[in-house]
Amino acid sequence: MGKTLNIAPITRIEGHASVAIHLDDTGNVSDAKMHVLSLRGFEQFVIGRPVEEVPRIVTRICGICPWQHHLASNKAADECLGVELPPTGRKLRELCQMMAYIPDKILHFYFLAAPDFVLGPDADYSVRNVVGIIGANPELAKKVVHMRYKAQMMLEKFSGKVIHPIAGVVGGFSKPLLEEERKEILAGIQELKDFSIFTIKFAREEVFPKYLDAVKILGVFPSGYLGTVRPSDGALELYDGELRLMDQNGNYDQFKYSEYMDYIGEHTEPWSYLKFPYAKKWGQLKLDENDPVGVYRANTLARINVCDKMATPLAQEELDIFRKAFGRPTHLTLLYHWARLIELVQCCERAEELLNDPEITGREYRAKNIEPRAGEGVGCVEAARGTLIHHYKTDDNGMVTMANLIVGTTHNNAPMNLSVKQAAKALIKDGKYDQGILNRVEMAIRAYDP
Amino acid sequence: MTKVTVAEEWLNACAGCEIAILNVGDVLVDLLVNNLDFVHIPVILDKKYFGQTGEEKELSIPEAVVGIVSGGVRNEEHKEVLLEMRKKCQILIALGTCATDGGIPAMINMYTEEELKQFYYKDSPTTDPAEYPTEHIPPLLDNCYALDEIVKVDLSLPGCPPHPDWIAGAILSLLDGKTDYKMPERSVCDACPTIREYKKSMADIKRLYYEAEFDPEKPLSDMRCLLEQGLMCLGPVTHVGCGGTKGAPRCISARVPCRGCYGPIRKGAKPLVDYMGAMASVGFDPAKMPDRRGYLARFAGAHGVLKKIG
Ligand code: SF4
Ligand code: SF4
Ligand code: SF4
Ligand SMILES: [Fe+2]
Repeated sequence: MGKTLNIAPITRIEGHASVAIHLDDTGNVSDAKMHVLSLRGFEQFVIGRPVEEVPRIVTRICGICPWQHHLASNKAADECLGVELPPTGRKLRELCQMMAYIPDKILHFYFLAAPDFVLGPDADYSVRNVVGIIGANPELAKKVVHMRYKAQMMLEKFSGKVIHPIAGVVGGFSKPLLEEERKEILAGIQELKDFSIFTIKFAREEVFPKYLDAVKILGVFPSGYLGTVRPSDGALELYDGELRLMDQNGNYDQFKYSEYMDYIGEHTEPWSYLKFPYAKKWGQLKLDENDPVGVYRANTLARINVCDKMATPLAQEELDIFRKAFGRPTHLTLLYHWARLIELVQCCERAEELLNDPEITGREYRAKNIEPRAGEGVGCVEAARGTLIHHYKTDDNGMVTMANLIVGTTHNNAPMNLSVKQAAKALIKDGKYDQGILNRVEMAIRAYDP
Repeated sequence: MTKVTVAEEWLNACAGCEIAILNVGDVLVDLLVNNLDFVHIPVILDKKYFGQTGEEKELSIPEAVVGIVSGGVRNEEHKEVLLEMRKKCQILIALGTCATDGGIPAMINMYTEEELKQFYYKDSPTTDPAEYPTEHIPPLLDNCYALDEIVKVDLSLPGCPPHPDWIAGAILSLLDGKTDYKMPERSVCDACPTIREYKKSMADIKRLYYEAEFDPEKPLSDMRCLLEQGLMCLGPVTHVGCGGTKGAPRCISARVPCRGCYGPIRKGAKPLVDYMGAMASVGFDPAKMPDRRGYLARFAGAHGVLKKIG
């Protein structure tokens, strides 16, 4: 009789899931699955709500990336109501997105991912965590906590509310950025930029090299990738652009948000509440880690793979180093962590650019004379965990009649399952497993930051 | 000094409450080093339910003096985890409006499970229609419940998310041996500096696509109350606290109306009824308010407040 190892909950991730590893009589892995255990129903309960309220509701899909949901939803609502944004409104939204990304990436790298790398995957669970990090390097830990906090509070001070934001509104932004505020935020962003550059150097010189062997095998399989690029030059975009869906060999389709249904389908498996998006044009989804069909990944590594370049200079230098080492596209799952830090640099640089743009303090930050109407809109932004797609329809009164959401982590449902299966099969042999081995299986999931 | 043990769990939650704990900031690091010993907290600690190698049959959480739970109760597993937390923790804190009143996810209480699944697994425009999943996943409950509908709760900290001031206040008071920490039972308006003229407004009810009137160079105390401006601000029926112990309400600071994310002012309050009075008192016809349940019970659908439309 075989047995099942029930790894629940998956920890140091931002969502709710468990992994079941099934062992056969010889103690080898017959199957491994990641189960997502609940269904909250946002698509259902935004029906009948005024569409301009939805950006204040869907934030609660995720308390880590509420800004991204808020902004994708605002874009979809703008389109439903046929609103054109004044440039200042658009730029204030993008600035907030960049500012929201910075603490999130710091949090993920140091608090959630680093314990595996700095303390080691075999360290006991009681020390393999952020408190252990504080013990191992108190100076750096203090700095990390302080920088993350500072980034959060700057955004809170300007926008009113940092977790579950409210300042994005149909037509633009709810208030302007004053000159004193601009100066203060700019000084903070420059400090965060220095810290980001320190972080990526530290990671690539002192943290990742020790684990390059693990990087080459853990959770690795070939797949496609989804991300957003700037239409003019293919640069990595987080706020606005076109979607690019690349296959495992690097060939891609590029399309507008409104065309997403032509490219992405969603499949259901009997053992998870969460659906499995797949690339429609590549055939019916096949969840086989040796020969996957239709499987694409989203989130940092995906964006780094699909883009032709970074949008800012220091981030571009980092991309050059990365591509020289790993090529394009690279399928090494643990490189999500490295890719995340390249994006961190771009976020700081882009925030700085926006703050130096004279239009950012403009007084036309919100479109006027908005009226309810029947309409349809697809709003997308890139969230830390992947592309957010918010698609709404409204009736004459501007009330929502249909909402279809495909959000960050959902895109990675199929690939996370493949990574888990791959990692479990590679690591558990002849009935031998322990905490460290099982933690390595979880590391394959943690890379996706679900 | 011995550390106080703490266990933390999230149920039908979004992780925002946990980020709010982190936003306690520098004080938190000192507390972690000197005062608090987290024995279970899935977001940062790898403590597992079924033993560290997943071989045990019964779900178990270590004993702790303080238990903190965010999120409402939506499926059988949430319920099991909550009961285990109650059993193992001396003092149970409901953290956030999901835990105290259901929060936004309790809006699902207006719909049946069949309606929800019908769209999600069959009718959605990108979905290949499929049978509903059932294997190795906990069944959903008929509703999304607040914690106190399932177990006794000792301390409630509403807010979506709760302001770090209240989280720190509650922890420090517990460390001081006090177990009766309570946020003030007042309304968001009580912390709001805007100008109220208390006279009947001539304005129409305005939805959120209207901008408030204000001068961005001037402080909030120079802006007229957003309810009086017609913007359906829910301050009068919402629990105070989003600005922390001293600050102005958050939405008002961003010049947009309150939507009630701290839940009702006190247990058993009836915002759906009370708000009609608040609107009438400044001259609006409450009957003209669209989607009343969607505004007034957006964060408080548990406790039987939101029922299936059917
Ligand atoms: S109360 Fe708000 S922040 Fe807390 S879990 Fe619920 S939705 Fe998230
Ligand atoms: S109704 Fe809103 S704007 Fe008016 S006093 Fe209350 S919270 Fe402030
Ligand atoms: S003003 Fe109302 S909706 Fe806004 S944060 Fe405060 S309680 Fe929540
Ligand atoms: Fe998220």
